[in-house]
Amino acid sequence: MMNALVQATIEFLKLYWAPLLCGVAVVAILPLAVGYIVLVERKLMADMQARLGPMRVGPHGLLQPIADALKLLIKEDIIPDNADKMVFWLAPVLSVGAGLLALAGLAIGPAFQIAQDINIGILFVVGISAMGIFGIVLGGWASNSHYSLMGALRSSAQLVSYETAAGMALVSALLFTGTLNIKSIVEAQSKNGEGIWFVMLAPVAFFTYLVASIAETNRAPFDLPEAESELVAGYMTEFSGFRWSLYFLAEYTNMIVVASVATTLFLGGWLRPFASVHGLPGFHLLNFLDFVPTLLMVAIAAYCVVRTPKQPTRVQQLFMLAVAGLCFVVGLVLVAPVVLPLIKPSLRDAVAPFYAGIHGGFWFIFKVSLYIYFFMWLRFTIPRYRFDQLMRLGWHFLIPLSIINVLLVGVALIVGEFFHLHGWGLLLVTTPAAVIALVAALMILAVEKQRDAGHDPNAASDFYAG
Amino acid sequence: MLDKVLFYFFAAIAVGSAVLMVTRRNVVHGAIFLITALLATAGIFLQLRAEFLFIVQIILYVGGIMVLFVFVIMLVNLDVALQQIQFARQKWVALLVALALAGQVGLMFWSSGKMPGQGLPVLTASAVSSLPPNSETVAHSLFESYLLPFEIASVLLLVAMIGAVVMAKKRT
Repeated sequence: MMNALVQATIEFLKLYWAPLLCGVAVVAILPLAVGYIVLVERKLMADMQARLGPMRVGPHGLLQPIADALKLLIKEDIIPDNADKMVFWLAPVLSVGAGLLALAGLAIGPAFQIAQDINIGILFVVGISAMGIFGIVLGGWASNSHYSLMGALRSSAQLVSYETAAGMALVSALLFTGTLNIKSIVEAQSKNGEGIWFVMLAPVAFFTYLVASIAETNRAPFDLPEAESELVAGYMTEFSGFRWSLYFLAEYTNMIVVASVATTLFLGGWLRPFASVHGLPGFHLLNFLDFVPTLLMVAIAAYCVVRTPKQPTRVQQLFMLAVAGLCFVVGLVLVAPVVLPLIKPSLRDAVAPFYAGIHGGFWFIFKVSLYIYFFMWLRFTIPRYRFDQLMRLGWHFLIPLSIINVLLVGVALIVGEFFHLHGWGLLLVTTPAAVIALVAALMILAVEKQRDAGHDPNAASDFYAG
Repeated sequence: MLDKVLFYFFAAIAVGSAVLMVTRRNVVHGAIFLITALLATAGIFLQLRAEFLFIVQIILYVGGIMVLFVFVIMLVNLDVALQQIQFARQKWVALLVALALAGQVGLMFWSSGKMPGQGLPVLTASAVSSLPPNSETVAHSLFESYLLPFEIASVLLLVAMIGAVVMAKKRT
């Protein structure tokens, strides 16, 4: 028996050592990335509110995430007296585990994917990340507190309501590829000369997914489960220290997951803009886009160097220079696969996989960052919805709109097939479909308004508080 | 070998958590063990190379139905239900049914040993690379070979859904 187990373990390690290593790397790097996303968020919020934000730890607060992480690790861990200990222990782990597991299905470049080429690709990511809701619901229940329970109930109601809309949006994009495999989905958007990002073909679906993904990750303006003015901190009220930070990690991991799904399906994954004409004659002017990543990195490095003399202490100046050097090195790495074939054309084939991997990674992370930046932007500009408004938006507006959109995209595809359209040509049929969907959206809004005219919009509603 | 270890691992979790789910008095603990059992079953599907079934099991049962279960459990008053004496009068009937089921399964195993090539089919796992694309195969059989039964089933579900909505609306 023991022998067999050892043999099985060896067999397993032989087959899966590379994904295992990648998985460990992701788990190790992710908390750091999340910490810096939080720092960016705080800085952005400060900027929009005409403040400075964290400035004390490191130059411009660059070491703040590490200080925060240390603080959370050594904080006292409190379990309420009447809490259900086992579930209280399990819930945050479930939440963060689901988020991390979902990352395994994502492709950050043509080569970097932990669960390589799984047939169910996008379904895996969506399905596993949806399991994180149990962490929230069970955590809220186990805390034995009314605020927590209320937050948990709101959260699950919200997720169930918006999952349909998100799923329908995914379906409209998947109609163009006919596959669930993440690699094939991205490659369908780059087919030589005729690939097109699906956000152009299905803009309404992208919009629906955008709204639904904000609601699913419990972000403002849909952060009802943790609305501090009503529920203290919602399902996280009783959690402290490391458990709380696990919930925090899960929330930001989920943001990364939904942003990656949107990037993969709608924004061309790891492809650079106009990737489908890359290397085709007549389009070589667009090749300047290959230098954009490098220029961006060098610009950041130059800005850091310029700001260095303004730092008050010697350590901070050194740190600033180190950041500049790091950015410069990354820029060099990014430019190497582009410049080398220009100097020595015989190297073109040898360098191609590096170009695809490194630049793919850059563009993917860039798009995901833009998506997350948009989330933050919304958070600081739009006030929080009321719960009945949230439910109405989901059930009365987004779900009908997304179902109508699936039908319209399907009809457009059939018409396109009839006229033998593909690639950019599909725009001829999908644009009218999108316009019809927009008209439908306006009609839904008009009907809603008419219904409202009858009674007081501020009257307490049935499903308030969840 | 790896396949066997994985199967027994998932099977043990599924059976163990199913037993725990029935024996726990706390409803939420029961729900958690039910989720574990469903996940372990999904794991067995994956071990059998049925990726699509695996993810459908997770999305529908774990992500959909169980979320609603837990939601409802939290809305009803658990304390009252826990304090009431649980009077299960079906004990003997349940025992009878369980014995009958065990007998059936036993008979199947017994007869499969008797008839070579006719009883339990024993499949050898094929290599992952030579498998047909899973979700495409499911789609073809659902929307080509079995289109009518599939549509009838979906209409049945729709009827049930509308019925539930009508019944829920009647009160007001």
